[in-house]
Amino acid sequence: MLGLDFDVAHMLAGGLVLVSFMMLYQDRLYALLNVLALHAFVLALAFAWQAHIQHAPHLYITAAIALGFKAMLIPWALRRIVFRLGIHREIETVVGIGITMLAGIGLVALSLEVMLPVTTHADPVTREDIALALSVVLIGLLIMVTRRNAVSQVVGFLSLENGVNLAAAGAQGMPLVVEISVAFSVLIAFIVIGIFLFRIRERFDTVDLQALDSFRGERR
Amino acid sequence: MSVSVRGTSPASRERYGTTMNELGVVLVPLASAALLAAIPGYRISARLNVLASLISLLFAISLLFDRPASNQYLLIDDLNIVFILLNTFVGFTTSAFSASYIAHELESGRLTARYLRFYHAMFQLMLFGMNLALIANNIGLMWVAVELATLTTVVMVGIYRTHEAIEAAWKYFILGSVGIALALFGTILVYLAARPVIGEGMDAMVWTNLRAGAHAFDPALLNIAFIFLLLGYGTKVGLAPMHAWLPDAHAEGPTPISAVLSGLLLNVALYALLRFKLLLSANAAAIAPGPLMIGLGLLSLIFAGFMLYRRRDIKRLFAYSSIEHMGIIVFAFGMAGPLGNFAGLLQMTMHSLTKSAIFFAVGHVAQVKGTQRIAEMGGLTESHPVLGWTLVAGVAAIAGLPPFGVFTSEFLIISSTFARQPLLAILVVFGVLISFGALLLRLTSVAFGPPRGPTGPVKASYAPIFAHLVLVLIAGIWLPGPLVAWFQHVAAMLG
Repeated sequence: MLGLDFDVAHMLAGGLVLVSFMMLYQDRLYALLNVLALHAFVLALAFAWQAHIQHAPHLYITAAIALGFKAMLIPWALRRIVFRLGIHREIETVVGIGITMLAGIGLVALSLEVMLPVTTHADPVTREDIALALSVVLIGLLIMVTRRNAVSQVVGFLSLENGVNLAAAGAQGMPLVVEISVAFSVLIAFIVIGIFLFRIRERFDTVDLQALDSFRGERR
Repeated sequence: MSVSVRGTSPASRERYGTTMNELGVVLVPLASAALLAAIPGYRISARLNVLASLISLLFAISLLFDRPASNQYLLIDDLNIVFILLNTFVGFTTSAFSASYIAHELESGRLTARYLRFYHAMFQLMLFGMNLALIANNIGLMWVAVELATLTTVVMVGIYRTHEAIEAAWKYFILGSVGIALALFGTILVYLAARPVIGEGMDAMVWTNLRAGAHAFDPALLNIAFIFLLLGYGTKVGLAPMHAWLPDAHAEGPTPISAVLSGLLLNVALYALLRFKLLLSANAAAIAPGPLMIGLGLLSLIFAGFMLYRRRDIKRLFAYSSIEHMGIIVFAFGMAGPLGNFAGLLQMTMHSLTKSAIFFAVGHVAQVKGTQRIAEMGGLTESHPVLGWTLVAGVAAIAGLPPFGVFTSEFLIISSTFARQPLLAILVVFGVLISFGALLLRLTSVAFGPPRGPTGPVKASYAPIFAHLVLVLIAGIWLPGPLVAWFQHVAAMLG
């Protein structure tokens, strides 16, 4: 039976994917941070709705964490960092926005194609949530590899992490969701403090080992 | 909680509840972390650090004699007790090494007393995270513990706060976090697969229940879960396409941390992978995890073998050697079977002991020479005979020369593979040989020839290095019967 419960859960999860797409085409850091706040806000709504339909009061706690910590505190802290470091110029992207968007569409198709057939036994809410959550995770990875600025890479990671959290909330009756969400919050706090303390402002090629090797004088 | 005093054989271990020794392995490091954070003097905290690690080791040894029954959160079985013992032992020797190493860092001004206080607290917190991950009977708890261990090591890698150290820590952080997020996604999928069989709630995340019910899980869901777990925890193991964080993290952090990273943290991630591999093997309809692990293992082995030739930094050299060895180990567990698993376990133990001993020696060498660049050090056997020859012995051991234990395990891996898949065995031999060549090439320039660089006296603590190398030597000459029986039992359990 697919009633209002399913429709709203589906809409919120789909909304999260949509906001992920909005991240892909932002070329200003401040705008990107606003979209990040929106992303976390939609996530908080999705958590709250899951808490309501699963009768799982502990999910309200994760919703509150998402709202207070991820939708307000983190974007605010990142905004301050961007201001302090003076990096509010354009985001350096590796490939063009059009191609990135197409790749994003491909990733959503891929995750639906992968997840829907294997979750036929799960209930419909879980099924759609997991598939859409995987899309959010993959788009988060895409953001991380197409951006070179440390702050926007962190934004990519945060959206990836929101996707994983969506999956955790969608898996009906999953225990430890609150604990995991707190553990993730600690991780995020570490990242943000890390950028702030170490004033990481230059570009990071986290996947480009060669650039680092030559920098260290490891090449002949 | 029941405190048990009765020493019993492993056979009679059915008791209920959590016992003191089980909690001791995790609570001692946690309490010491809090204590060390409060103590300002670095001399006393270095000693306390050693003491706390020793107590954890004693608790771990007591697990051999008095094994508590599992509950929803904690579990001691034949598999993880190998890892826990190794973890607490190397943790103890590393803390002893660290006590002598860190004093020099303070003198040379690379670290201040305030950072040392932080360092010691983090060291114990890291041991807490690793022990908790090993002892956890709950895949959610295990994930949180691995995350904690990652975070603490990230902080330690960046502790020198040089440009390179921060960049290494950042890279480790981002790659590690992505790995960890993917592992969590895999964990959620495992829960989803378990839910229809075991039922909702905490029970469906308890490892012992998962193992019992794995045959009835939805195979397709389990397959996808394993891919995520392999990518996620595989990043932390340092398998080839996801290894980029490993050399930097090893090279730029303090040497005790390099030793712990190579010797222990990689094992913890490997342990997580092995646990999930068991779930897949228990399910007949799921994909065989073996070929995936064999592929990644071989790729890491051969890739790292070639990369070894281009290294100019001595710690990066041995970091790549760790990738190579993790490749061999994952390959062995991928081949599976009683012999493959046995050899994998042995190789893992030998690698942990040997590699941490090498890092201890390298730490002292780098302190004497004031650099990590291989070109600026040389003739070590002449200027510092004990340190030099110890390093030679360590490198000979890690390169797989007899009579050391690594030779035994590599020989087992190669010979057992020859019997089943000759073509794969040739690839392994090829990989082992190229890394053998690279290590010997670098060793000759560091250890022999005319002395290069400063030749000041060395204030080294040889005890931890000798302890490790002697164990590896003994294992190479004669493996005690009970140990063989125990490893055989675990190997059979791993399927």
